[in-house]
Amino acid sequence: MVWINDIITGILIGGLYALFACGLSLMFGVMKVINLAHGDLAVVGGYLAVGVITVTHIPVLWSFVVVVPLMAVLGYVLQRTVIQAALNRSILTTLLVTFGLSVVIENGLLQFESANSHSLGVGNSIITSSFSIGSQITIAYLLLLIFVVAVVVLGGMQYFLSRSRYGRMIRAVADDQEAAQLSGIDYRHVFGIAAAIAFGTVALAGIAYGMYSQFAPTTGTDTILLFAFAAVVIGGLGSLWGTLLGGVVLGVSQAIGAQISGSDEFLAGYIVFLVVLVLRPQGLIARRSTS
Amino acid sequence: MTALAETTGRSAEKYRVTRSRRNVAWTGIGALVVVVVLALFPYIIGAGTETIMVQGFIILTLASMWNLLAGYAGLVSVGQQVFVGLGAYFVLALNINRVPMFSALPVAAIGCGVAAIPLWWLVSRLRSGYFAIATWVLATTVELIIEKISSLGSGTGLSLPHTPSLSSAVLEAYTYWIGLAVTVLALLAVYLLLRSRLGLVLTAVRDDEVAARSSGARVGLARMIVFVVAGIGCGAAGALLAVSQLIVQPSAVFSVQWTAEMAFAVIIGGLGTIEGPILGTIVYMVLQQTLASYNAWYLIILGLVAIVIAIFARRGLWGLVDDYLHVRLFPVGYWLWDPAAAGRSRSLRFGRRAGGKHS
Repeated sequence: MVWINDIITGILIGGLYALFACGLSLMFGVMKVINLAHGDLAVVGGYLAVGVITVTHIPVLWSFVVVVPLMAVLGYVLQRTVIQAALNRSILTTLLVTFGLSVVIENGLLQFESANSHSLGVGNSIITSSFSIGSQITIAYLLLLIFVVAVVVLGGMQYFLSRSRYGRMIRAVADDQEAAQLSGIDYRHVFGIAAAIAFGTVALAGIAYGMYSQFAPTTGTDTILLFAFAAVVIGGLGSLWGTLLGGVVLGVSQAIGAQISGSDEFLAGYIVFLVVLVLRPQGLIARRSTS
Repeated sequence: MTALAETTGRSAEKYRVTRSRRNVAWTGIGALVVVVVLALFPYIIGAGTETIMVQGFIILTLASMWNLLAGYAGLVSVGQQVFVGLGAYFVLALNINRVPMFSALPVAAIGCGVAAIPLWWLVSRLRSGYFAIATWVLATTVELIIEKISSLGSGTGLSLPHTPSLSSAVLEAYTYWIGLAVTVLALLAVYLLLRSRLGLVLTAVRDDEVAARSSGARVGLARMIVFVVAGIGCGAAGALLAVSQLIVQPSAVFSVQWTAEMAFAVIIGGLGTIEGPILGTIVYMVLQQTLASYNAWYLIILGLVAIVIAIFARRGLWGLVDDYLHVRLFPVGYWLWDPAAAGRSRSLRFGRRAGGKHS
């Protein structure tokens, strides 16, 4: 029964990983940019939440109302300036620039916020309590909440991309930038919107991670970026629901690894990632046309 | 175009295609003098400076390898720390089995080259950004596996158990000379590699991959060779790290900071030139030493400088030097040598697209 409990927890954590991964996937799908600073942005979201809560005394669960729009604006601005400038040069330059951003953000946080870990909502009853099914299975409310949020966000993104006017523009630009531009779409603005969505979702994921675990300046590169990337590759490049599946597979393999030995948690996740990379490089769900 | 129009008026035999407008021998002699002076350093400078110089050698070796990967083969690896770590651990493992640490160094470097082959097989199916993060995941995975081996000190690492019984001054000097040798060999290897057929294939791929492939260039093989050579070089640097610090700790040798440092040195100095990493390493070491007391500031400043240079001066500081002075210390491309224009800066360059900082 311990196994079942752990696997359920692993599935729910998969939602968190998918939340981390969807922004990475979106930015690659639309602009062909792999944002190596993606994980650090989640940590920035976490730190922003800490700051916002200290200043405004807003309830922890509502901190995203302030942080997500802030990060979305940051995403739009960064995309229109630094990332677009790098994109104008070459794809290689975007890698160099986002890697530079990653190092700058991480060390900036180390310099200004020290290496201490932070967590969000310690003592909040919704965040720390759990409920039981039967005598053996215990599920944390928080993990269930995060999973539901992840499904809602992914569903919302899917709906936005397939139905809305902006979604149509994003897909058009992703498919053929020049043809979209000929049809009167300002691709730079569309790129900005996509980056805003990516930054917003990763901030949300950062806050969720802060409630579930704790974060420090190095968390962004140590864990978040690599987990997000593993989820994207396992699920299949460019498929949003594949990303959720990838996150769940990663979460479950980590849970199983942790059962074998406490230190094998991360290793098990990465080994599953490498196995998928070798046996099915296109991911579990093959690429679709959406984003 | 104007240069071509001029040529029609004169007889063609005056022109020849050359690698350099000056005699390469002069550069060779210059390089030899620099190496000899550097080799005499232990008799002149103190032990503290020697340690800093060895650190510089490590960064320069790493930067040259990263330059080969990113600047010539288009492979942005964010996981090169895997070879730094493996090189250090090979030295540790050999030293535990009573192999003297200095003799373990070349074996460790070759071992890293061998290890690079299966690692390449894993990541080679990915391109561009996905390749970058996949190498990173691979580095973390290798670190986690090595941390499971208790005879290598698990998660905390080990000191080298069999260090030579020499006075610390002599040991430091030996380490310095080994470091210098590793760096010179690395630079020489990169130079010769780029002048070979492989260098020609890489240049062709950089300019137009589709055209290169359709002309029969074996792009995959070329990239694999570069990855293996970079593995050997970074492994040698990692082995040098173990020899100079006499201790191997997994979190230190497998740190992504190594890749950050090598990448920044290359970007600042000049991506895609042999001189760039040398200049970049000097800038890096100066910044690091001046800002050493301000903790993380040197990485913040280096990162910002690297971002600005990557966007606004893609060929880095050496690119700026080259634009104004037209100097190429290690010529790997080809030039059209025009006797009439010799001395003036009006040669057509073939190896690298002429002019156009923003091309």
